[in-house]
Amino acid sequence: MKHVTEFRDPALAKFLLADIARLCDQIGATREKPVHIMEICGGHTHAIFRFGLDKLVHEGIEFIHGPGCPVCVLPMSRVDECIEIAEREGVIFTTFGDAMRVPGARGSLMQAKARGADIRMVYSPLDALEIARRNPDREVVFFGLGFETTTPSTAFAIQAAAREGLFNFSVFCNHITVPEPIRALLGDPHMTLDGFIGPGHVSMVIGTHPYDFIAQEFGKPIVVAGFEPIDLLQSVVMVLRQVAEGRAEVENQYARVVPEHGNPASMAAIADVYERRPSFEWRGLGEIDASGLRIRPDYAAFDAEAKFGVGYGAAGPRHVPEPEGCACGAVMTGRIKPTACPQYGLGCTPETPLGALMVSSEGACAAYWQYGGARGAAA
Amino acid sequence: MCLGIPGQITAITDEARLMAMADVSGVRREISLAPVANRPLTELVGQWALIHVGFAMAIIDEEEAARTLEALRDLGEAQETLEAMAEGQKALEGTQ
Repeated sequence: MKHVTEFRDPALAKFLLADIARLCDQIGATREKPVHIMEICGGHTHAIFRFGLDKLVHEGIEFIHGPGCPVCVLPMSRVDECIEIAEREGVIFTTFGDAMRVPGARGSLMQAKARGADIRMVYSPLDALEIARRNPDREVVFFGLGFETTTPSTAFAIQAAAREGLFNFSVFCNHITVPEPIRALLGDPHMTLDGFIGPGHVSMVIGTHPYDFIAQEFGKPIVVAGFEPIDLLQSVVMVLRQVAEGRAEVENQYARVVPEHGNPASMAAIADVYERRPSFEWRGLGEIDASGLRIRPDYAAFDAEAKFGVGYGAAGPRHVPEPEGCACGAVMTGRIKPTACPQYGLGCTPETPLGALMVSSEGACAAYWQYGGARGAAA
Repeated sequence: MCLGIPGQITAITDEARLMAMADVSGVRREISLAPVANRPLTELVGQWALIHVGFAMAIIDEEEAARTLEALRDLGEAQETLEAMAEGQKALEGTQ
């Protein structure tokens, strides 16, 4: 954990922490009756743990770690389908490295690669396009994974493939969207959420208006935030100020990067290539209406679901139950802390993850493990 | 995995395909300017961009670039991204 003195601007950090404490006292937030603030983005979860912000802030703040880690919410069935495609004759399966260790019912992509499947970790869908150009006799599939920050990259790649007539390239689309799971969580009577820290780089693409419903329909504050510790503290202050003043608005702490209306070229590419699925399965959260994207029929030639007859493009999506004792769902909805999961640190560690929250540094369990300590440690 | 990394655009490599060379913490990487191509591409040379999975997602100023890079280094994300870029290069060559 970092100390305030190591922050870029320690004086400002101390000022913000004092402001948070003052506002908590004003609201009456205590350890027993805390203000529940969900940071939606896994990058923020990682930063909160890395900088020890959860311990530095007044005890009346409880961070609830949201569903914004794409590999953490990837259902086992989709991993199985990736492996099914990757093991087909003549396929080169390309993926971001993050997805390699996510466990499916038949193991992970890493294990499938070790068994001999041609699975390649790439940095960008542009790499996958280049592999397709260099290997015209092979089918090159890119695993399209991630939220709105990443979705434009695969949309641009599919547009480029269409322009070039690169028909040995396709995308296995598993892109998901941020607002819909938040709507689902807000509609869950078991959830207590008093405010949100909104994702920074997702919002750089979609802008701030997709969050309007959080304030207008559910009466909760949301502040879009940057990734520096100072940004996060500032955002907590802004959420608390709204709570204290009885306001519920969408505020933008990260305006230096996030335009109100997002990135128009990226939004246009997404709209051109993708359409909403009626529903999509989230690991730990189940099916959520309109929360996933699929490739439009105009681009069916580049749709791996259509090409290989898997996933939602097949007879119907399969559901694979979570491993016995895995409590990722309860952790993801903030009902329990990672350390309360029966498998935490026993059957599930970052080296041999059982649940997806232990895989990525953006997952709550991996973050606890890395920065919070072992099982049983005060969390 | 939704975090971008700052890089400086150093040259336009393929104007028709909106491709450019960028310097990301000393690593040269070809990127797409498609998300920020709503202006003459030559104006982008020398500018800093927030680059996510090979795409310039936003143009940022130099101070913002430095601050973001510092935060990413603290999180270990900068190193992770540079390693992913190196892996991507190996994937092209089929030597992974």
